[in-house]
Amino acid sequence: MTEVTTLDTRLAASPGMVDGPRGAKPKRAISPRNVFIYGTLLLFSVYYLLPLYVMIVTSLKGMPEIRLGNIFAPPVEITFEPWVKAWATACTGLNCEGLSRGFWNSVQITVPSVVLSIAIASVNGYALANWRFKGADVFFTILIFGAFIPYQVMLYPIVILLRELGIYGTLWGLILVHTIFGMPILTLLFRNYFTTVPQELFKAARVDGAGFWGIYFKIMLPMSLPIFVVAIIIQITGIWNDFLFGVVYTKPDVYPMTVQLNNIVNSVQGVKEYNVNMAATIITGLVPLFIYFVSGKLFVRGIAAGAVKG
Amino acid sequence: MTTIRATAATQRPISLFRNKAAKIAAIPMILTALVVFMGGTIWTVVFSFTKSRLLPKAQFIGLDQYERLWSSSKWGIAIENMVIYGLCSLVFSLVIGFVLAALLDQKIRFENTFRSIMLYPFALSFIVTGLVWQWILNPDFGIQKVVRSMGWESFSFDPLNNQEIVIYGILIAGLWQGTGLIMCLMLAGLRGIDEDIWKAARVDGIPAWKTYIFIVIPMMRAVFVTTLVIIASGIVKLYDLVVAQTSGGPGIASEVPAKYVYDAMFLSQNLGQGFAGSTMMLLAVLIVLIPWAYMEFGGRQRD
Repeated sequence: MTEVTTLDTRLAASPGMVDGPRGAKPKRAISPRNVFIYGTLLLFSVYYLLPLYVMIVTSLKGMPEIRLGNIFAPPVEITFEPWVKAWATACTGLNCEGLSRGFWNSVQITVPSVVLSIAIASVNGYALANWRFKGADVFFTILIFGAFIPYQVMLYPIVILLRELGIYGTLWGLILVHTIFGMPILTLLFRNYFTTVPQELFKAARVDGAGFWGIYFKIMLPMSLPIFVVAIIIQITGIWNDFLFGVVYTKPDVYPMTVQLNNIVNSVQGVKEYNVNMAATIITGLVPLFIYFVSGKLFVRGIAAGAVKG
Repeated sequence: MTTIRATAATQRPISLFRNKAAKIAAIPMILTALVVFMGGTIWTVVFSFTKSRLLPKAQFIGLDQYERLWSSSKWGIAIENMVIYGLCSLVFSLVIGFVLAALLDQKIRFENTFRSIMLYPFALSFIVTGLVWQWILNPDFGIQKVVRSMGWESFSFDPLNNQEIVIYGILIAGLWQGTGLIMCLMLAGLRGIDEDIWKAARVDGIPAWKTYIFIVIPMMRAVFVTTLVIIASGIVKLYDLVVAQTSGGPGIASEVPAKYVYDAMFLSQNLGQGFAGSTMMLLAVLIVLIPWAYMEFGGRQRD
């Protein structure tokens, strides 16, 4: 009997613990220092979490409830209609097919772009780290400088380039653009990683007669799976979230999801349906959020590797 | 001479023939560096001196495009916004990022949870960020209405429809998206500092805040420089967020240079203005980049 009561009190106490992580032993925990630390962190957490909360809550309400109620209030009557509408029938001003088309366009853009950019950049990084040739550093320096040049400077020359290649306005044009602009950061990432691979290993393989590609596929590739995962994370989130290249280099029927989302929400026609807009916004954010929460520490490692080493 | 070369070749198997594979493999990189990055940049700079409108035309008119650019009020507002947004975002990102990192570095509980919460906005696109904050800042439904309905009838907080403060509305969203990254970089920097430094400071009786300001921060110079470069390049690139949140409005109050360039090139068939604007953006980046590159790479080569 006593055990049951203690369990009950513990359960009753737990909600309080959830919203205030002040530790198990209140005696030690409530010092002015800890109150300040956790107080500040909680305050900022509210700032960071609020938009996600508002997005979810709004997307589950009906329009009458939104008009009358408070945007921070949880939905009284949960409805998934806005989600269905955002996915299948929301209008962009040009068509009323919802986000589904943009989603599939984004998938068709992201998958080949990620594969192509990583394949090229990893080989580049490998060549720069292990097979240095004369002038390689010059090209590499230009490449890294290129990462800092505002995209606007290169927008139009690339339009001309893609037009000459006959792929302006197509998915492949955009894929090529993503491959080009992913190259600096990824090449840097791979080059830095491959230089840390012990030279003895590389030399031993050379003595055994393995060539450029042999060493790449048999030694470097299997040894560097974590860095490939990091590169995949960087690229998926980056390409999925891109807006500028999508709007410049594609035509309306192949617009990626971000462009279509913006067109749905900021379209001036008709009555604004805020719940549908927020549902559409969440749906667009789901893929990078999923990558973020699944990859956890690797995501942090990816941005740290990409940023600090640069 | 030939004998030396022959021995060199036997000692180091990296002969011209064998390295051919590496050279072929590097062709995409070489093309990107030379054709797109260098070629494209030079092309844009050259054509910013021409009379191009709907199509690029090699009819040189000197600095006319730049004169028109700097006399346009839209560009003036864009530059002013970039400066305000830039300064605020620099200061707030560094301060918030560092403070949060320092708090997370106090061996606290739930560190990973807090870090996940602060970093997740960075995974979201600027479009998503802009649209959420557009909704939260909506005067009829968002924060303003909630505060008013709680009884403070005269409360006014409507940055997105007020020309004077619209850029700060964008700043709130920009900081929400980007400070997590800065916090993460700073935290990595703090973790890289030797534990003995802290012990020594404690033994000497130096208070924690003084240790941070006079010992730790100077030691994190490299991290600060990197974050500075990241924030600065983010400021110049600012585009999607504005498009999603305000579309440059109300009126032209929240225009930014990147948007000016896009509009000139692809909406108003005024390529020359777009080229001139983007060249100015390039110039702004070079002013930040060249001293940094000099410090970073100049120093690295000496090592």
